[in-house]
This record gives sequence, structure tokens and C-alpha cells, in this order.
Amino acid sequence: MFAQIEEYFRLEKMPHIWCPGCGHGIILGAMVRAIKELGYDQDKTVVVSGIGCSSRASGYLDFNTLHTTHGRALAFATGIKLARPELNIFVVMGDGDCTAIGGNHFIHAARRNIDLNAIIFNNNIYGMTGGQYSPTTPYDKKATTAPYGTIERSFDLVELAKASGATFVGRATAYHTKLLTQLIVQGAKNKGFSVIEAISQCPTSYGRRNKMGDPVEMIKWQKEHAVNVKAAKNMTEEQLAGKFKIGVLHQSEAPEYTAMYDEIIARAQQKVKK
Amino acid sequence: MTEVREFGRLMQGNEACAEGALAAGARFFAGYPITPSTEIAEILAEKLPQVGGKFIQMEDEIGGMAAVIGASLAGLKSLTATSGPGFSLKQENIGFAAMAEIPCVIVNVQRGGPSTGVPTAPAQGDVMQARWGTHGDHPVIALAPVSVKETYELTIKAFNFAEKFRVPVILLLDEIIGHMRERVQLPSPSEIEVIDRKKPTVGPDKYYPYQDDGTGVPPMANFGDGYRYHVTGLVHDETGFPSNKPEMVKKVLDRLHNKLAKHAHEIIMVEESNLEDAEIMIFAYGSVARSANRAIRNLREQGVKVGLFRPKTIWPFPGEQLRKHLDNVKTIVVPELNMGQLVGEVERAAAGTVSVIPLNRYDGELITPAEIVAKVREVL
Amino acid sequence: MRNITKEIRLSGSGGQGLILAGIILAEAAIHDGLNTVQTQSYGPEARGGASKAEVIISNGDIDYPKVTRPQVMLAMTQEACDKYVGSLSDDGILIVDSTYVTEIPSTRAKVYALPITRLAIEKVGKTLVANIVALGAVVGLTNIVSREALTDAVLARVPKGTEELNKKALAVGFECAAKAAKQPAGKQVVVAG
Repeated sequence: MFAQIEEYFRLEKMPHIWCPGCGHGIILGAMVRAIKELGYDQDKTVVVSGIGCSSRASGYLDFNTLHTTHGRALAFATGIKLARPELNIFVVMGDGDCTAIGGNHFIHAARRNIDLNAIIFNNNIYGMTGGQYSPTTPYDKKATTAPYGTIERSFDLVELAKASGATFVGRATAYHTKLLTQLIVQGAKNKGFSVIEAISQCPTSYGRRNKMGDPVEMIKWQKEHAVNVKAAKNMTEEQLAGKFKIGVLHQSEAPEYTAMYDEIIARAQQKVKK
Repeated sequence: MTEVREFGRLMQGNEACAEGALAAGARFFAGYPITPSTEIAEILAEKLPQVGGKFIQMEDEIGGMAAVIGASLAGLKSLTATSGPGFSLKQENIGFAAMAEIPCVIVNVQRGGPSTGVPTAPAQGDVMQARWGTHGDHPVIALAPVSVKETYELTIKAFNFAEKFRVPVILLLDEIIGHMRERVQLPSPSEIEVIDRKKPTVGPDKYYPYQDDGTGVPPMANFGDGYRYHVTGLVHDETGFPSNKPEMVKKVLDRLHNKLAKHAHEIIMVEESNLEDAEIMIFAYGSVARSANRAIRNLREQGVKVGLFRPKTIWPFPGEQLRKHLDNVKTIVVPELNMGQLVGEVERAAAGTVSVIPLNRYDGELITPAEIVAKVREVL
Repeated sequence: MRNITKEIRLSGSGGQGLILAGIILAEAAIHDGLNTVQTQSYGPEARGGASKAEVIISNGDIDYPKVTRPQVMLAMTQEACDKYVGSLSDDGILIVDSTYVTEIPSTRAKVYALPITRLAIEKVGKTLVANIVALGAVVGLTNIVSREALTDAVLARVPKGTEELNKKALAVGFECAAKAAKQPAGKQVVVAG
């Protein structure tokens, strides 16, 4: 299976740094399968990442890859996209990276509807620093910085993206890899800001502390708690309690930022001619 | 906007900076509004799209710096403009640009600090931050113009240095230089030297993005041009991939430092006037050098042997250039719009051989020529 | 050539167009082939407060860019007049807009009290051009730049379509200056309008 996508990897950079049982490798595989399906030229594809476990993904991939500072991946990507709108850009972030330190860039990239594909590896924890709570850690869960349980409400990334103006929002999990691949393909085809939340598992720093069992148990949890949005339509609130929806969760139409900027250039140059 | 060809035109410092950036080939600006630098953003918002360039007002100062690095990596000469509080916010990404060797220009129109300070008053309180603002040892160039015309010229220089040496270059204006208007006659485009980054001469299969070609500055491929490589703020080897081997860490940091040290004579620019017979040197930069010039004129009329040493390049510090005068001068007076910052470097260069006397003002007002005259008379 | 340097301070409140007036005056100096530097100081407010634009005009180089002892000062509000008159040169000229400045502070400079804003309203029909009327009056009384240069500089800066209005404002300013100059010599000259 890996052989089909091997050409997109920098094999000499393997093995990766992720722990055994981590969901990130599965999500990265789905992302690369999506790029293959999209048929993107590697030279014209850029992967930008922030800081954290997930953000090491950029180094393993054979594209133009940029490993930026913590939280700022979308802002770096905005500069690249505006400078060269013809490039296909995937922005890989973790949950803390994207919604805490990078929260401002996330909502504004969505508001601008700039044609970037944000893929958030959400494992509900700061893994690389050893298990501190993030804005997506559910209420009353344990983390090294919440030894008595978290008291902060968590962000729903999908709702945050929708409210901020993203024009394509989808969610899948490390278990639902085919769906995840398809969502990334659809998101990339959307001319605008696309957000894919990929639910991942962190057995080392989250699962262990919150008695979620081994990685297999954690993946099972994803399987059992995810409800496809189509199936959810026929379910009652009670049936949906404690579950989360996956699939295409939002789509809307809005002008894309770099295309609008091209119009600004035309307008400015028209003015000079006069 | 009237231009009378033979006499030049009235231009503001911030406008000269924007015009200089365009003349240097800048085609991307990302930033955030902040007094007293905002005119630079406003002018470029209007003019960049006219030449096919891009302007974006980001959600914050940090994002502005990040977008500038992204755009430069994609091949556009890029700049941002800010003042003290924003300069502080940008520091982490300035370090990224230094480590990943991405050319870019950061304009800091200095105002009174610390914190929000005095937004509409001039200061020179960020000269040490320009050197050491971002964490770790890093290469940086900082330039400080004295006039509107020199702002135009040094903005072009800033881009040339950024492109040639693959470093972030900081242009340190102050509120006076940024906001004052004066008569300028700008050079014609044919008189302007514009330097572009060195591109790889080998194919993608032979390209190592961080391999020294002997100059200390590796050729730079733009994203999207067929050279797929990795860029990171982690210490990396020639291939661009992270390495934490002690010998590699040292090798990289040495190269980053040496690429500027090797070319120091090209980077360091100073103005020296009336120093041939001077017993007293006034060491001044930016707007304060204007007061120093007036003071020197007055003192010379009174027979006092006093001269000016004005660094246009603040960093790397022109220590060697300064030391040449130490056999002649007895005293160096260092007026600054801060509580004494660059004076420490002057003392370091002088190493106790001559007395170094600071003259400081940090109340939001420019040091006057009379204050400099009085200080010189005091130390005579 | 003897170095002749003049310092001019234009003061009033934010929104009266004094920074624009300073820019125009500086550009007029360039039209006359002179060197010039223009600076300004202002508070955080875009409207109101005391603001000033300062211009140095010289036939030589200008280093120190700030005005310290102006030979010419315009005050368009009482607050600005009181705040900035102190450093005016003893042999200088203070021109106040008598529409707003009712109490002339004590000064050794020669004072002209001219109804600048009132003239802008009554003779030109727009408060907005008071700054241009003021420029006409200042140049009419001091000749720091030529009238031709001032006219050219005004026309180059003002919005398209307002040229005639601004020409009229300048003429009103020049006329007011001429009237003031005709008054008997004294420390204070008041033009009723």
C-alpha cells in the first residue's frame, strides 16, 4: 500500500519521530493519497507546518516544505499563496498550534477565504512537550498542566471554522482514512479556505493519562463515537449525545482572496493608465 | 505631489522608504498599522498593486512578519514596517528569517518606549533590540539614515544586503526621520544599483539549499521553481533538514556569523566629517546626527576642533572604523535618544583609550544643537 | 551667499488643515528654489487639541529640523496661541485668527489680528479653506515665499475641481494682508474685515 505513495516521501528521513500507536502517520498517509488523487505536481505543491508533533510531517514529504514557528504556519502560507497563487498549499497544524497560539491566524485566514488547505491533526493534547492541555482537550480531562482535570471548555474546530468564514469544512478520524482522503481531495478542490479536522490519537500523552486504553482501544473509540453526517440526519439528539459528526460539515460560496487581489491589481493599474 | 524637476520635490521620510522599496524591486508588503510607521503601509497599499505587487494588512504584527518570510521564499522581495511594540512582536520570526536565511527588510520607525510609551515622539531606544531582539546568536544588519534622501538610499541598500547575504535587514528610522518632509532630488533609476538573490546554478538533483559555495551565502531557489527542499528554523545541515549534532550546530552558526563578518567592509557604511584635526569626536546617528552637524558648525566657528563620526550601519558595529580615530581624538561625545545604548559599543571599541561621554535625552524631544555644544564645552 | 534661514510655525487645532498648509508652504519654497524642512507635532486626536506644523526655509543646508525660535507664527486657536507663543522671536511676527483668538498673549513680536476663518466663510463661502486664506495672509505680510510659488503650490495640492475656490481663498488672504500692511505702524494691527 505504501508503495503507491512512496514517491511523495523523503524516505531517507524515515523513521519518523512519532510514537508507536500515534494517529499522525495514518493521517499523513491519507493526505498524501489525496494529493496523489488530485494529481498535483510535486514542484507546485507546498506543505507548510507549524511546531509540534504533527508539524514534523513537512520534513518527511517530498514537496516544497516549510517548517515554521509555533502557531504561524497559516501566516507564512498566506505570504506564499499571495506571492504565487498558482501553488497548491497544504498547511499542517496541531490542535494547540492552530487554535491556541495560532488561533488569530486561523480565524483570519478563514475570514479572507484565501485558497489554503488547513489540515489539523487534532489529538487533544500538546504531545511534543509532554502532555499539556490544549484548547481542544475536553472538559474534565487530565493533562500534565491539569492534574485535577481541565476546567476550560474546549473549542469545536468545525464550528470555529464555519463561524470564521471557511468555505469548506470537514472532519474525519485516523480510523476513517478513506473518508479523510476524500475530504482532503474535496477541500483542495474548493477555491477558498478549507479546513479538515483529522481526529488523531495520542496514546503516550493523552490516552495513558485519561485511561483510554491502548492505541487499538483509542482507534475503536474513534470508530464508535464518530457519526457520519448523513446518518446523523436520522438520529435524535439523545442518540447523538457524546458523539461527533464526520463528513462534509460545511460548504459555502465566497470570493477567494488572491483572485480578488488580482482584481485590485487590475483596478490599480487602470488608475495609473488614466 | 508637485515636482519641479530642477529643484526636486518635498518628500516625507516614510514616503522615501516606500519609494526606495519599490525602486529596489520590493513586490510584497505585509504588516499591521502602527504609529509612526503607518504611512509606509498606506503608500505601498496604493503603489504595490500598480506595479503588480501585493500588499496585505495582516491580523497582527507577528503574522505580518510571517507572511513577509513566506512571500520572500516564494520569490518576491518583501518588507514590513512597524514601530517599537510591533518590533517586539516580530522578533521570533526575525530569528526564523536569520536561521532559515530568508531575505527580508524590517522597517522600525522608532518611537518612545518601553511598552506603548510615547507613540508620536522620536526615540532611538531600539538599537540594541535591533541587534539582540530575537533569541540566540544570529546575523543581522541594521541601518540608520539621517535624512529623507538617505532613507531612500538606505532602503535600497537594505534590500540589496538582504538579497546578497540572505539575512533580515532592519532599517531603523525614528519618528523625526520618518515624519519630516524635506526637499529631495532622487537618483534616476539608471543610477540605482539593485541586487537580486543568487539563484542555484545546478539542477534540482544536485542542489543543497544550505551548502556554502565559498562565499558563505548559499544560492537560494524559490518555492515553486522546481527545487523541492525543506526550510526550518531548527538547526539544519546543508540539505536543510534538522540536525542536532554538535559539530553541525557549530558549523551552521559559524557560517551565519561569518557570512557577514567576511563582508563587513562592504556592509559597514560611515560618514566621517571634520575629523582630520578633531580633538573631540561626536558619535551620532539618525536624527541626532542632524543636531550634531549644527553643533559642529557652531563650535568650529568658535575654533573648537570637533568632528562627526556617523554610522549609517549600526550593526555590524563599525568598531574598526571608529578605532582609526582613537590616536587623534581625546574624547568621544555620544548623544542618543535613549538612556545610553550604542554608547556601550563605543566604549567597547575605545577600550579605555579615550573618554567616552554619553549625552542622553529620553523625554520624546530631539537633542538640540545647543545641548551638544554645551556638552562639548563641558568636556573641553 | 549669506545664509538666510526662516522658521515658521503654523498652529491651531487638529482638523484646521495646518499640516497641509505647512506642506504647501514648504513646496512653495521649493518652487522658489529654496531648501526646506517641514515637521509637525500632534496629539493622539485626529480632530481638536493643539497641533502645529513647522517649516524651515533656507538658502543653505538645513540640519537640525525643528523650529526653536520662529520668526513667523500663525495661531488659529486661542489654545495653540497661548501654548506656542512663548518661543516666538522678539522681532518676529504673530498672526492670529481673530475669529477664535480673542486674547492676544503678551509678546514683543509684532501682532496682526486678522479675521481669517470669518473671511473664509463670508468671502469664499467655506470654512474649509481658512488654512488657504491664512497662507495668503502669512505670505502677503512676510514674503517668505513668492506669491507665484505659493499659488502654484496650492493648486498642485488641492483636490481637482476646487482650484477656483482655493485661488479665491488665496486672493482673500493676500487682500487682507494688504489691508493690514496699510494700517498705521504699531505693535498691534487689527483688521476688522
